[in-house]
Amino acid sequence: MTDLLVQVLSENGIITSFLFVGVVVWVSYLVSDKLSKGRIHGSAIAITLGLVFAYFGGVATGGSKGVADIPLLAGVGILGGAMFRDFAIVATAFGADIEAIKKAGVAGSISILLGVIVSFIVGSVVAVLFGYTDAVSISTIGAGAATYIVGPVTGTALGASSQVIALSVGAGLIKSVLVMVGTPFVAPWIGLNNPHSAMVYGGLMGTTSGVAGGLAATDPKLVPYGAMTATFYTGVGCLLAPSILYLLVLWLAGK
Amino acid sequence: MVIYGVAILAFCMLAGELAGDYLGVLVGVQANVGGVGIAMILLLILTNLSHKKLHISPLTDSGITFWSALYIPIVVAMAAKQNVIAAVSSGWLAIVAGVAAVVVSFALIPVLSRIGKGDKP
Repeated sequence: MTDLLVQVLSENGIITSFLFVGVVVWVSYLVSDKLSKGRIHGSAIAITLGLVFAYFGGVATGGSKGVADIPLLAGVGILGGAMFRDFAIVATAFGADIEAIKKAGVAGSISILLGVIVSFIVGSVVAVLFGYTDAVSISTIGAGAATYIVGPVTGTALGASSQVIALSVGAGLIKSVLVMVGTPFVAPWIGLNNPHSAMVYGGLMGTTSGVAGGLAATDPKLVPYGAMTATFYTGVGCLLAPSILYLLVLWLAGK
Repeated sequence: MVIYGVAILAFCMLAGELAGDYLGVLVGVQANVGGVGIAMILLLILTNLSHKKLHISPLTDSGITFWSALYIPIVVAMAAKQNVIAAVSSGWLAIVAGVAAVVVSFALIPVLSRIGKGDKP
């Protein structure tokens, strides 16, 4: 009986993931309504709950894909993968305000450049504080503080050790999770309530998954603006980190 | 027809991803540069044009708005497949670097948000 159930659920992976996510969202909105009286947004709870599930999924299977490593919930990996995520992000642009995007264009572009550079510097300084002295390791960890894709791309290009590359991925993951969970809490303080600041936010944060989750939990209407700038960040990071920024570190570190 | 909306969306995403990949090759990086952003701009332009000239039906619209509405559930699924274990067990260096990068970036948002805002007509 249970064998059949398991078989049906895992054979229809992506359908099972619809049910799984639907239940998680339903429970989250219930909690938001009844326990927090609507103060904490339902989607913020749902995203946090998703991360908690991902943790336990990782504990249970020892894999790297959260609940998606559990065969029953493999479909969650497809639904939550880059393909569907990007498809849905593009769809949110429908009905977005072109004028607002044009107007925030300059601030958005500056924020991408500055976002990469600032995160890189912060990550590099932390690497130095923790005792790293060679330019390759410092730059790789700095790049990881940009996003968990820029880190390994930079590390591979510069020939960093696999331990340092793993550290850079870890820094990027921390950033992404923190942006997802923390955005709704800091949003009122940093004025994140209009398309203009959402574009700046996307450019400064840069982590597509972090921005996607953070804005969904804050105000879904802002998603297209933040996502638009965030999608340029990783590319710009992969361009700057292993080249100009690395040379700068090399010049400062001397080796 | 609903499928027209879905197809327009698919076309925009594929064209954007392709452009982003080309852009990556062009500037010599192993990454997609702004593929999703380009796709979004393309969708905005296409739907704005065709609403004026071709009169998109509400059903076609719903092929796009359905996916837009599925955004949050998809993000929840995305959260549920993150490598949270690696994030929390990656040691102090990674945690400090990640947290510091987020805090400094958050702090810069109000500063940069001022750019381009003063020129109200």
